[in-house]
Amino acid sequence: MRTVRRLLGETLIPAATLLAALVAWEVATLAFRIPRFIMPAPSAILVEGWEWRYRFIGHTWVTLYETLGGFALSMVGGVPLAVLIVYSPALRAAIYPLVILAQSVPKIAIAPVLLLVLGYGEMPKMVVAFLVAFFPVVVDTATGLAATPPELLDLSRSYRASAFKTFLKVRLPMALPFIFAGAKVAITLSVIGAVVGEFVGSDRGLGYVILSSTSYWKTEVAFSAMILLSLMAIVLFAAVSLVERFVCPWLNPQGEG
Amino acid sequence: MIRLDGVAKTYRTRTGDLVHALAETTLTVGENEFVTLVGPSGCGKSTLLKLVAGLVPPTSGRIQVREQVVREPFPDVGFVFQQPVLLPWRSVLDNVLFSVEMLGLDPRQYRKPAGDLLELTGLAGFETKYPRELSGGMQQRVAICRALLPDPSLLLMDEPFGALDALTREEMSLELLRIWEERRKTILFVTHSIPEAILLADRVVVMTPRPGRVARMITVDLPRPRTMALEFDPRFKAHSDEVRGLIFSGRKERP
Repeated sequence: MRTVRRLLGETLIPAATLLAALVAWEVATLAFRIPRFIMPAPSAILVEGWEWRYRFIGHTWVTLYETLGGFALSMVGGVPLAVLIVYSPALRAAIYPLVILAQSVPKIAIAPVLLLVLGYGEMPKMVVAFLVAFFPVVVDTATGLAATPPELLDLSRSYRASAFKTFLKVRLPMALPFIFAGAKVAITLSVIGAVVGEFVGSDRGLGYVILSSTSYWKTEVAFSAMILLSLMAIVLFAAVSLVERFVCPWLNPQGEG
Repeated sequence: MIRLDGVAKTYRTRTGDLVHALAETTLTVGENEFVTLVGPSGCGKSTLLKLVAGLVPPTSGRIQVREQVVREPFPDVGFVFQQPVLLPWRSVLDNVLFSVEMLGLDPRQYRKPAGDLLELTGLAGFETKYPRELSGGMQQRVAICRALLPDPSLLLMDEPFGALDALTREEMSLELLRIWEERRKTILFVTHSIPEAILLADRVVVMTPRPGRVARMITVDLPRPRTMALEFDPRFKAHSDEVRGLIFSGRKERP
């Protein structure tokens, strides 16, 4: 009974809602005779998207590559940055304003300049994705590192453990759930960053497909690309959550033990 | 075992104000003696423990442990806090082994003693559980095992049962006494609870706040091993009245 109710709540109701929305959309486009270049029907999107399937593989791959690159940069850059901020008051004073400055500049505004400086190819898009995604990584990691109970730090000190040992055995694992919280936000932001980068100047990727297809009134293709982008973000988010479950099994309610 | 000679501690807060956490204190604690520190909040009890552990330097005076002047943390100490502060990603056994690991010892050689300690505290069979699968009292037992594993001769306990419910608290007090009978150590035990202070101690150090200072030391005249029934002993009541009087008279002097 409980599993049935859960299945109903978690799967059936959302699926039914989505299906109803799609049907309403399909019917509306037919009933109101909306031109397909303004609002194509779901069926038309599906047909056109299927026709594009081989071309989409390449574009999806490019955007995925840029996204993962940007995400990797934001983790590799963000976590050590947070460590510096937490451990050194001087560095915090030096770095924090810059981090906040970098966050407050609208990324869409600096993307054209960045691409001008860095040129074409995937790398500049990774940099844009990094700029969009690294902030939550820094903030969440710093919060996590600062959240170590002072008693544990006293305890480590009373055992005369080195600061590095304390970092490795206490503070870093303590911060892991926070780091993953930052990573989950960062992975979805990286998708946005990659697309923003592609919008500004590219000849490949799903962002490029959206831009070019709308300029040729191929709205169905643009919608297909959007769906692929959403699916990519969802899958990547789920992948990070999965890694978290393996790395932090103690957070898992049905954990071993 | 422990000697404090005119030890005082003054902190400077972030706004620059001076806080006299502990006024000049002179105190000696004997080998294997169980001493409780009782008093209201802000009387420098926790500061005193940190001073003895070498975690903070005294502003003036001298602290000696075993004839050695304390200038930095030394490994012969076990610490238990009000919160168990276990590592949530480690199993119970690995949490107990944390102390020897941080001391730079080989944890593999301590698996057997750690198991023995868990057995002694009634946690046999819980070795592979995560801390959050345990009740508050059980978690605090793990914290005690962690402190005991390197077999320190000095145990510093900062309100270790303060976060537990009243029933668990009584149970844990008696259990601590039982462990202490079996593995003698010098214990400095900070508490807010007057009955707890008397039940456990050879000597009770009564402290008053602002600035924290020792009002009196009371030698507890009750037989060991102790039980909860002692609470009805007239000597217990006399001690308890004396402690209460000292704490509350100290309060009346200051508005």
